[in-house]
Amino acid sequence: MRDSIHDSVTMLRRNLLHARRYPSMTISTVAMPVLMLLLFVGVFGGALGTGIGGASYIGSYVDYVAPGIILMAATSGSVATAVSVSVDMTEGIVNRFRTMAISRSSVLTGHVIGGVIQTMVSIALVVGVALLMGFRPTAGPLDWLGAFGLLLAMTFAMTWLAAAFGLVSKGPESASNAPMPLMFLPMLGSGFVPPERMPGAVRWFAEHQPFTPIIETLRGLLMGTPLVGGTGALALGWCALIALIGFLWARRAFSRAVAR
Amino acid sequence: MSSTPEISIAAKRLRKSYGDKVVLDGIDLTVRAGTIFSLLGPNGAGKTTTVQILSTLIRPDGGTARVEGHDLGRAPDAVRTAIGVTGQFAAVDRLLTGEENLLLMADLHHLDRARGRRRTAELLERFDLVEAAKRLPATYSGGMRRRLDLAMTLVGSPQLIFLDEPTTGLDPRSRQTMWEIIRELADSGVTIFLTTQYLEEADQLANRIAVLHNGKLAAEGGPDELKRLIPGGHVRLRFADEHALLAAMRLLGHSVRGEDGLSLRVPSDCRVRSLRMLLDELDDAGVEAEEFSVNTPDLNDVFFALTDSKREVLSA
Repeated sequence: MRDSIHDSVTMLRRNLLHARRYPSMTISTVAMPVLMLLLFVGVFGGALGTGIGGASYIGSYVDYVAPGIILMAATSGSVATAVSVSVDMTEGIVNRFRTMAISRSSVLTGHVIGGVIQTMVSIALVVGVALLMGFRPTAGPLDWLGAFGLLLAMTFAMTWLAAAFGLVSKGPESASNAPMPLMFLPMLGSGFVPPERMPGAVRWFAEHQPFTPIIETLRGLLMGTPLVGGTGALALGWCALIALIGFLWARRAFSRAVAR
Repeated sequence: MSSTPEISIAAKRLRKSYGDKVVLDGIDLTVRAGTIFSLLGPNGAGKTTTVQILSTLIRPDGGTARVEGHDLGRAPDAVRTAIGVTGQFAAVDRLLTGEENLLLMADLHHLDRARGRRRTAELLERFDLVEAAKRLPATYSGGMRRRLDLAMTLVGSPQLIFLDEPTTGLDPRSRQTMWEIIRELADSGVTIFLTTQYLEEADQLANRIAVLHNGKLAAEGGPDELKRLIPGGHVRLRFADEHALLAAMRLLGHSVRGEDGLSLRVPSDCRVRSLRMLLDELDDAGVEAEEFSVNTPDLNDVFFALTDSKREVLSA
């Protein structure tokens, strides 16, 4: 157990060193949500805000869309993990690790913890940009703590899932594409417009997909919007489920990938 | 763990197939501690698969093996603490400098900071990588990358090292350097399991050679034993006229006259010494050859010899 923590810390240090040495990946994962923010607030914001104003939400559009985009940063950050896991698997270094008496799981643990740290930094940057663009959360310290916890849980879940993507993909390119659809899920949820304004089937999907309760909870925490009872629990439940699926899938794919 | 067994590797009836393709068809291997053992074979013979099995990377479909006294299947982690592996494709971290790569290995071997630094400095020095220490492996030559790879393998001071085609793709100079390194390692008491497709490499380095062909051991023995199985190398001499040819034939004894009537095939081990002796002999007798060519037996000859003549297996 102590060895496995020691090895995981070593692997974590390795991954953080990678991120520092190869920052373009980290930069591009931050750039994506920031661009979305500029686009949706700066360009479409006026029109969308007016449209939404008539429905359930009253306030400036940046306050509505920021939680969804902050969440996008969590998904976008996971791309970096998918790519770095995939790069590791296509190179000989993982085989070297496997012939050494080190804890097997430390390779993945290092990637995931490293990925979570990087993504949390990206999220902080995106929050910063949102604040600069006029995002005015009403949250108190406890709400912020709750939001942090929720984002951490979400990032953790997405990062495990991304690790699994990285393991099963054929190479770094396809690994970087794999999490893409997830990045657009907030759009088909309550991220950019309220689901009640969407047409039939899309609306049903938007109301039931995992991102919607997570976005709603985040919005509730940051903006004090009213929540349907149990949304928070549902959000955490989805995070736990995604994390579990990602973890089990990654573990299985890892032992399979290395047992060729 | 601290006791060093006399037998480093004892493998029995190792089998491995991928789908329909049988890669290893029941091979037995015994490697004595402190020796260089070479597994010789062409691409696709199953050399890498053998290394992967013995280094705990993959499980065999059948058979058993003890490596450094530990059962491969039951105690893979104990095996891992005793071995080091340097594969055909450099297993270095491309985003870390040479020095950082070595420090990473030191951390994974749980050396404390001071010892890790010392070991890293020592290995950089020994493998002539001091100047390249702060650079990324992308800037290294093939030989340097291979040296870094081997240095990383040595951080944990393994008792047994697997070298899977350590010189494939290297230029002759880097190959020489690698050979010297391998000899030094063997001198320091480390057991070496070397795979190669070059007969010369096995001949130069190994105490014992096993020839792998189609997933089976076609022959095993010391370099000299093995060479006796090979249809000899020969020297081809071409003369200006029949007079010189006949003189040379009388002088050299068992030689064969070529089809063109003016050339001779003289069996030879093709070593520099015997070649020089042969030329001196002709020179002393005043016989002049117009052309001179050396035909060393290559791996193809070995395989033709071993597979054509009903697999004459030397007893181990």
